Amino acid sequence: MKLILTEEQQFLKDTAQSFARDKTPVTHFREMRDSENAQCWDETVWKEMVELGWSGILVPEKFGGSEFGMAGISVIMQELGKTLTPSPILSTSVLGVSAINMLGSDEQKENYLPKIVAGELTTALAIDEGSHHDPFAIDATAVLDGDEWVLNGKKAFVVDGASADSILLVARTSGKSGESNGISVFVTNKDTAGLDITKISTADSRNYANIKMSDLKLDQNALLGEQDLAGETLEKILDLGRIAISAEMLGNTEEAFEVTVNYLKERKQFGVQIGSFQALQHRAAKMFCEIELTKSAVIAAMHAADENSNELERLSSLAKFQAGETLHLVSNEAIQMHGGIGVTDEYDIGFYLKRARVAEQIFGTSEFHQARYADISGF
Amino acid sequence: MEHLEQFRQEVRDWLEENCPPSMRTPLVPEEEVWGGRNAEYVNPESKLWLERMGNKGWTAPNLPKEYGGGGLDRDQTKVLHQELYRIKARPALNSFGIWMLAPCIIEFGSEEQKREHLPKIIKGEIRWCQGYSEPGSGSDLASLSTKAEDLGDHYLVNGQKVWTSYADKADWIFALVRTGPKEPKHNGISFLLIDMATEGVSTKPITLISGKSPFCETFFDNVKAPKENLVGVENSGWTIAKKLLQHERNFISNFGLAGGGTGSGADVVNIAKKYLGEANGQIANQAQRENITAHKMKEHAFGLTLQRSGDEGAKASAASSMFKYYGTEHNKDRYELMIAAMGNKGLGWTNEGFSDDEQAITKAWLRTKANSIEGGTSEVQLNVISRRVLDLPN
Repeated sequence: MKLILTEEQQFLKDTAQSFARDKTPVTHFREMRDSENAQCWDETVWKEMVELGWSGILVPEKFGGSEFGMAGISVIMQELGKTLTPSPILSTSVLGVSAINMLGSDEQKENYLPKIVAGELTTALAIDEGSHHDPFAIDATAVLDGDEWVLNGKKAFVVDGASADSILLVARTSGKSGESNGISVFVTNKDTAGLDITKISTADSRNYANIKMSDLKLDQNALLGEQDLAGETLEKILDLGRIAISAEMLGNTEEAFEVTVNYLKERKQFGVQIGSFQALQHRAAKMFCEIELTKSAVIAAMHAADENSNELERLSSLAKFQAGETLHLVSNEAIQMHGGIGVTDEYDIGFYLKRARVAEQIFGTSEFHQARYADISGF
Repeated sequence: MEHLEQFRQEVRDWLEENCPPSMRTPLVPEEEVWGGRNAEYVNPESKLWLERMGNKGWTAPNLPKEYGGGGLDRDQTKVLHQELYRIKARPALNSFGIWMLAPCIIEFGSEEQKREHLPKIIKGEIRWCQGYSEPGSGSDLASLSTKAEDLGDHYLVNGQKVWTSYADKADWIFALVRTGPKEPKHNGISFLLIDMATEGVSTKPITLISGKSPFCETFFDNVKAPKENLVGVENSGWTIAKKLLQHERNFISNFGLAGGGTGSGADVVNIAKKYLGEANGQIANQAQRENITAHKMKEHAFGLTLQRSGDEGAKASAASSMFKYYGTEHNKDRYELMIAAMGNKGLGWTNEGFSDDEQAITKAWLRTKANSIEGGTSEVQLNVISRRVLDLPN
């Protein structure tokens, strides 16, 4: 495994970079935040992404996708992360596509994947139930009643849950909370009776929902994959999500760092540029090192996913851990190094801090992945 | 790929035939091989191993064949290292000559210098030491004052070097000397090779906090160095000096990887399980388990970064500063974690009450404190990153 990009991946990255600079600079995010748009992302922008083929990067060719893989979508997310571009790409093109493709029947794939590629359908994966990511702590239940599934329970902090057309619901069909056995995944339309979706308002001004299932009745076709056996595949789907958001967080980090270093060169105090002070230089140099480590962890993880490496779990946890630690550090230092203007709403740098803390939570914090890595490694 | 697999098979066969049995057992410090005129071989097989590897050029696999090197490309070199690692072969030769000097002679030396020095370095016949730091010139290396006067066919060298590793055992020294006393400090330095057997050269070991004396003071008292031993052009030695430091930093930064570089070779996880106990196969102390895990994850990411840098073919000086800084700080952390895990067993001094392995870790812990000082301090590396990469103002 070489830790570099192929020409094709580099091309995708360059395209995404131009797209983010031209179509969705940070002013675009600010407009979204200040608008009445409840879904927090822009339909026109998403359509343009779809036209570029980004909705189908992970979709098999026979369903209209390009199969450019995790490396392809990760470099796009990295570039979109630089300008905090809001879009349903993570929830739909990574999680939705992977869940349907890895769990679903041919009929279900045929039913959903081409629509996702065409931009006609967005999805959200409803898994966590509490205040922390804990993939097998599933209390929501699904019980077969005649030829119908009946679902009850709650889901929390569902990424893009407030806008998705279809919701992927993780529920327990047997066993007890904490066990990976007994977990099943269902897919249904957002308007199904018994499904109550409530948008929540978060510090990063993005789209999340809490979801309640009250005797939600679904037919047998709603089950994705085999009853009770989705746990292991779900971990893999989550790993892909973790890698993708790590790439986005790397993009957040790179931009926050670059903006900050530029500020150190511009801002003058005591008659000199503040970037000439060693107290700031060494902190900047240390951040540079951590960012380099993050780049390596992310690129290794995305290639591991595409090569079906047996190191995927460890590398995905390493990527999310390192991306989380680095973004945490850089988002705090960026504010401090900007001084007073860093805490004003007028400057963009505060957006990165707010996005950082939310992204750190999604699919497991650094501490979560540290514990996971230790268990896998036998420490 | 096919020719690479064929090469792997050849390497495997050759090693099978030529690596002596005791060279596949864990290295004991007394048997470490540094070569040189006065080398003593406690184990005769280590001498044999050096001769065989040296003749093959595999002590310096990527140096050109015509000067005695292995002539291997990057991928082949990697295969050789993998195969050596697979049979747990001991290093045939530790050598500042190979790690630091040889790449600079290749780049800056004359044809005569290449033919004279490289084969002897590669075969381990001549052991080199590094004459850089002086009592008044540490981080501000370019302020060095050991002077070399041009006396026609030779330079007359007077001055003192410090922190010269193993100068008391080395045959030759590569030294930075001032040939242009009136020039600005960076423009009056030359890179000179001096035979340690020359009259007027003397050394004195320095005892460190670990109780060991790997470093010396080296004195030059009216030492005559023939002019043919000047590398590159007079007064432009600073360029060579900086390049050599990059090679040195790249080497030292390997310390950041467990098992890389020298050291006790102990694994922090195994140490922790041994001294803290296991609960369900895990390190029993949760707080230390967490600290160690974070450390191992950083190490993993750092190792991937070294690999990525190789894959990208990057050779920028800034990269070597980053690796030097991160690798040495990381290595210091590793030994802090190790002695913390060992509790009072990590603090022994002699064999009264402590095993050889325990003492080795304690001594190695103290040795790591110099990693972030030698070859340019961590602070100097951070300065280089700030200025060269981030382009922050002076």
